[in-house]
Formats: sequence, C-alpha cells, structure tokens
Amino acid sequence: MTWYAALGALEQGLVYGIMVIGVYLTFRILDFPDLTVDGSLPLGAAVTAVAITNGVNPFLALFYATLAGFIAGCVTALLNTKLNILHLLASILTMIALYSINIRIMDGPNVSLLGVDTVFDPLIEMGIPGYLAAPLVFGVFALVVIIGIVWFLFTELGMAVLATGDNSQMITAQGVNTHSIIILGVGISNALVALSGGLVAQNQGAADVNMGVGTIVAGLASVIVGETIFGDKSIPRAFVAALLGSIVYRLVIGLALGLELGEFSIAPSDLNLITAILVVLALTAPSIKKKVLKS
Amino acid sequence: MIHLKNITKFFHRNSVNEVLALNDISLKVEEGEFITVIGSNGAGKSTSLNCIAGSFFPDQGSLEVNGQDITRWPEYKRAKFIARVFQDPLRGTCANASIEQNMSLAKLRGKKRGLGIGVKKRDREFFREELKQLDLGLEKRLLDTAGLLSGGQRQALTMLMATMQRPEVLLLDEHTAALDPKTAAQVLDLTERIVREKKLTTLMVTHQMKDALRLGNRLIMFHRGKIIFDVKGQEKQNLTVKDLLAKFYEIQGEELSSDKMLLA
Repeated sequence: MTWYAALGALEQGLVYGIMVIGVYLTFRILDFPDLTVDGSLPLGAAVTAVAITNGVNPFLALFYATLAGFIAGCVTALLNTKLNILHLLASILTMIALYSINIRIMDGPNVSLLGVDTVFDPLIEMGIPGYLAAPLVFGVFALVVIIGIVWFLFTELGMAVLATGDNSQMITAQGVNTHSIIILGVGISNALVALSGGLVAQNQGAADVNMGVGTIVAGLASVIVGETIFGDKSIPRAFVAALLGSIVYRLVIGLALGLELGEFSIAPSDLNLITAILVVLALTAPSIKKKVLKS
Repeated sequence: MIHLKNITKFFHRNSVNEVLALNDISLKVEEGEFITVIGSNGAGKSTSLNCIAGSFFPDQGSLEVNGQDITRWPEYKRAKFIARVFQDPLRGTCANASIEQNMSLAKLRGKKRGLGIGVKKRDREFFREELKQLDLGLEKRLLDTAGLLSGGQRQALTMLMATMQRPEVLLLDEHTAALDPKTAAQVLDLTERIVREKKLTTLMVTHQMKDALRLGNRLIMFHRGKIIFDVKGQEKQNLTVKDLLAKFYEIQGEELSSDKMLLA
C-alpha cells in the first residue's frame, strides 16, 4: 500500500467516521438497529449538491443536509414508536422511500459538483494541496462531532437518551417520554449520517442516488472493529473508538483491494464479502482471544 | 388522595386466555396511609399497582389523584407524583450508568430535562449524604456503575432514588421478594424508616404476612381481582397471622363449597 493510498484510506475513514458515530448512537446507545442510513447518506449528498449548485454556501449546504437527515431519522422513529412498526422494518421503509425522494431532490439519479465552491476551498486557497485538505477538513468535522455528541450525552437530556437504551422501564418511571427520546436520538444519528454524505459528495464531486448502498454494513463493521481494538469502557472512549474503527476498516479495505495472489486479485465487488468476514472476525475475536489465553 | 373508582381490567380480552384481573375495584387511599397489600398469586395486587402507575389503562372505571382525573395519563406523565420500586432489582437502575448518574436521573423525576450538565457538582455532596444513611459504603463509590452492585445494594439505591425527590405516592411491588432474607430485612427497615420520616403515602405489595402486619397502618387483601378485606387503625394493629390465615381458608372454603354445590 502506497502512502498515498493510506492517506486516501484515512480520508475515507474520517469522513465516513461521522456516519459511524451516528450508527454507534442508534446501534449501541439506543439499541435501535437503524437501516435508514443507507438512504440518509445519499439524502445528505443530494441536499448538499442541489444547494451548492443553486449558489448556497457549501457550509450552509451541509447544515441543510444535516437537517434533512434529522427529519429522515425522525420519520423512522415515528413509524416505530407511534405506529408500532418493528424498528428494523420501519428503517427499511424510510430507506426505500428515500430512494424516490433523493431522485426527486436531484431531479435525476445524480448531480455533478465539478467547478463549484466546496468546504475545501479555504484550505486550498491557503496553499494546502487537495490530498491534504480533505483529511484535514474531515478530521476537524469528526472531532467537532465527537466533542458535541459526548458533551450532549453528559447533559440531563443526553443522560435520558443513555438511560432509554439501557433501561427504558426505569427512565419511564422517572417521567421521561421514551418515544420522544427515541425520535430525538434516531434523528441526531441520521443528521450525522447525512452530514457525512454531504461531505463525501463535496469530496467526490458528485452526489449519486446509489452511493448509500452498504452504508449500514460498513458502519456496523467499523463500530465492531473499533470496539474490539480500542474498547468501549467510557462514552468518550467508545466514540473515539468508533471513529478509529472507521479508519482501520478503510485501511483494511484499501489493503484488500491492493492484494494480488498470482492470477487472482480482489475486485471492488468483493468488498461486501470482505466486510462480512471482517464483522464475523471482529465479533468472534473476544471469545477466540479468551480461548487462546486459557490454553 | 388516590381514588380508584370501579376499575375493571381484562387481560387477553376476547380470547380463550381472557383473564379478569381487576373486577370492579374501588379504593380510596388517604394522605399519609401506608397500606400493605396481600393476596394469593394472580389476585390482582400487582395489577392494581400497575394500574395506578399507568402501565396500562383500565377497561372501565376511573382513577383520581388529588381530585384530578388521571385515568388516561401515560405512565411517564404520572411519574411527576408517583415513584415505584419494582420486584426485580435490575429494573430500578441503569446498569451502565454510574451511581451518581442514576441518582441525577431520579432527582429530575417528572421534571423537564434540558441541556444543563447531567450530574452537578452541588448534587454530589447531597448524593453522598443520602447514600450515607444506607450504611453500605456507597457514598465512596459514586462513579461505580450500578451494574457492579449486588441485588440488595441496587434495591436500596432504588429505594433511595424513588424517595429522594418526595413523591406523593410510593408504590412498592414485592420489592424485597428477590433478595436473600438478611438483605430483604435491611431493605425493609430502610423502607420503614424512609416512609416514616418523609410521611409518604405508600402501597406495598408483599407475600410475607408478617411484614404486612408489622408495617403500615392499613392492610388490604385481594382475591380473584377483588378487594375482600380492608382493615386499618387499631383493628389492623390487633390482627395476627392466624387471623389472616383464617381469612384465607374462609375464602378457599367458600370456593370449595361452591364447587361442591356446582358438582352436586
């Protein structure tokens, strides 16, 4: 792996890391497996792309994307809490619906973002080359998101979110409407995923309706890799681990793509299989480690 | 203070498993009463407590607290004036949250939660003082997660959390049944002390007749979804286990004889 490829993996790891933080919030904190993300990532990209091509400031465009993601998350949570639809199914329904909505937003399956203003411009104007500007911007965004989410989880409201995932009966008895908390939590999660999508679109120079395929799998893989390697003893540590997990995940994918065994080389279409194997390995690693230590 | 009017509750209504859990129950609980609730399994003790707490809505009848009709209030809204301790020690606290976080969650029972910091500095001193009265050394373990505590410690903590912010009504649903006898006695002593000191209106479900007689100033007995016995004051003071057993046999006898009549 060249250092250029490694830098690319770092860049990807950081920008998708924001999505992974969102996935951690639903999957681990709220205990709400949420597949909406496969739709809210392109939603964020679509909103950002359309806003920027219409002359909106690229930072403001990201804010719109975040808001759109929040609403998408709220829809899933409303389907689950108010209409009593199983969380997985509710999120699949929103995800499917978002496919149509994203095409409506973009008025087509994709929008090109070539030659428009992006959030990387300020750095590039300062003379920083493009391949460094992107990881820097993503790193700052990821850091701000982690600080924000960790701060939130230590507030009165944030503690109610933690408690809802931990023991909903207890927190209901303390006067908290768990439905509202789930709506808020899934909303925030998808807001982050959409933010991640908006940044990806600005980096890739396009938004595409199919760019969200496999987001949840990559997100879960990153979460599990992060937990396994870096631990989840405290809230701050768990979120930093999720981000680092995302970087490790992208590095592994990068390594796998460069792998050549004689005639055989790994194609991008093999990534789903690799991801699945990675998740299985990460899930079984703790028990394997125990067995090895015992013997 | 609490007034249950003609409450009826079915479970699995209109199915083969239909159960009439509460059959036209009426009960008036006065301010400051400590009621012990006894009865055999499935008699309606826990169901009536859950009905007051709002775990479900009754099929018929209404519920008033301080003259306000709360029959259709959701559970979380009632938490403003109702605190509960469950039978399962795991249900009263968040296992992954620290002791101080759990106490902060309970301190805001029924209040608005905002973006202020969750565990405030000045609260910590207060929590330590409160924990000291448990005499379990928990005041030195504010940062330990609740999951590290034993069942008895967790139940004592839950008891403290439920009453720290004075509730209008305290509901205890066999809250010592899952504990070993020694710990159960300690939690019961704590219960007695807190209820007396804070003059709490309390309903306590128990399977221990001795406890039901020793504690509280009123006793009610459930049977098949009805309240069949209700004593208070001096009359309750004079009650013995023997009297209660006699009461039990009396009902069972009645049932037997009515069965005999049916079969005859």
